Amino acid sequence: MKLTALLFAFALAAPALAGEAAPNAENPEVEARINKLGEDLRCLVCQNESLAGSRADLAEDLRREMREQMQAGKSDAEVIDYLTARYGDFVLYRPPFKPVTYLLWLGPVIFLGIGGGVWYVTLKRRRKMQDQIQPDSEALKKAAALLDQ
Amino acid sequence: MKRWIPLILFAVLAGFLYVGLYLNPREVPSPFIGKPAPTFVLPVIGQPGTTFSPEQAKGKVWLLNIWAPWCVSCRAEHPYLMQLAQSGVQIYGLNWKDKDREAEALLNEKGSPYVVTVDDLDGRVGIDFGVTGTPETFVIDRAGIIRLKHVGPIDDGVWQKKFAPLLQELEKST
Repeated sequence: MKLTALLFAFALAAPALAGEAAPNAENPEVEARINKLGEDLRCLVCQNESLAGSRADLAEDLRREMREQMQAGKSDAEVIDYLTARYGDFVLYRPPFKPVTYLLWLGPVIFLGIGGGVWYVTLKRRRKMQDQIQPDSEALKKAAALLDQ
Repeated sequence: MKRWIPLILFAVLAGFLYVGLYLNPREVPSPFIGKPAPTFVLPVIGQPGTTFSPEQAKGKVWLLNIWAPWCVSCRAEHPYLMQLAQSGVQIYGLNWKDKDREAEALLNEKGSPYVVTVDDLDGRVGIDFGVTGTPETFVIDRAGIIRLKHVGPIDDGVWQKKFAPLLQELEKST
C-alpha cells in the first residue's frame, strides 16, 4: 500500500520534472522585464519571432546578456541601447521616428488621405451626375403609362 | 489615358514585388560600418597560453571570419578561404560557440586558412560584433575600422564583387 502511494506520488511529480526550468527563476522581476522588453525585440535568427518567444540559440544568449545587464542595475533603455549598438534598429519591432523611417510611420496616414480624397471626389461627381439627370414630364408620363399596363 | 491607370498601378506593384523576391532578409544593415572594431582578448586555438586582440593586427588590412565547426556553410567556404590565404589575404578566425570543442581537430585535418583563430566559447565577442549566424566576415582597415560586413559564405563571385575592389583600395592607402 505504501509502495502504491509512493508510485502515485512519483507519477504526480513527473510533469513537474518535464517542465523546463527557467534559467534564472530566483529573480522573477528581472525575468518579467526581459519578457516584456523581449516582446518588442526581433529575434535575429528567426526574424519573425520576438526575442522573448524565440528558442533560437542566439536569442537565449541575448536574453542571458539582458539578464546580466539588468542584474547589474542597467535600465531598460540602456539594455535596448546595448542591442541597437550591435544589431541596429532592425532589432526593434517599433523603429524610432527619424528621417529614414518617416515614410514607414507616416505611410499609412498618407494612404488613408489619398483614399479619402478619391472617395470624396467620386461622391461629389456622382451627386453632380444625378443632379444633371432631370427627366422631362413627357418621359415621365410615358414611363407611368408603361408601368400601368 | 485614364484606362491605363490600373495597369500602371499593377506594373508598379509587380515591380516592387519582383525586386522583393531577390532581397536577402539576412543582410541586416550593420551599424558597425565605419566604426572601430569592438575590442576583445581571446585565447588562440592550438596555441595554449597565447591570446589575440585586434590591436595586434593594427596597421594591416585584415579579414575577421566568424565561423564554427558545426556550421555547414563555413565548410563550404573553407576551400575558397584557403585559396585566399595562399594568395596573401590576412584572415583571422573567430571560432564561435564551439561547445563540442572540435575546431582544433578540424583545422588540423582540413588545414587552416587563418593567421590565428580565436576561441569565443560563450559567444560574447560574436554578439559584440552583431553576429546573427555563421559565417560572417568583416573587413577591417589599418586603423582598425570596420569597412565591410558580409553575411554568408564567400565564393569567387562574392569576393570579386564585394571584397576585391575594397581591399585593393584599402591596401593602396597607407
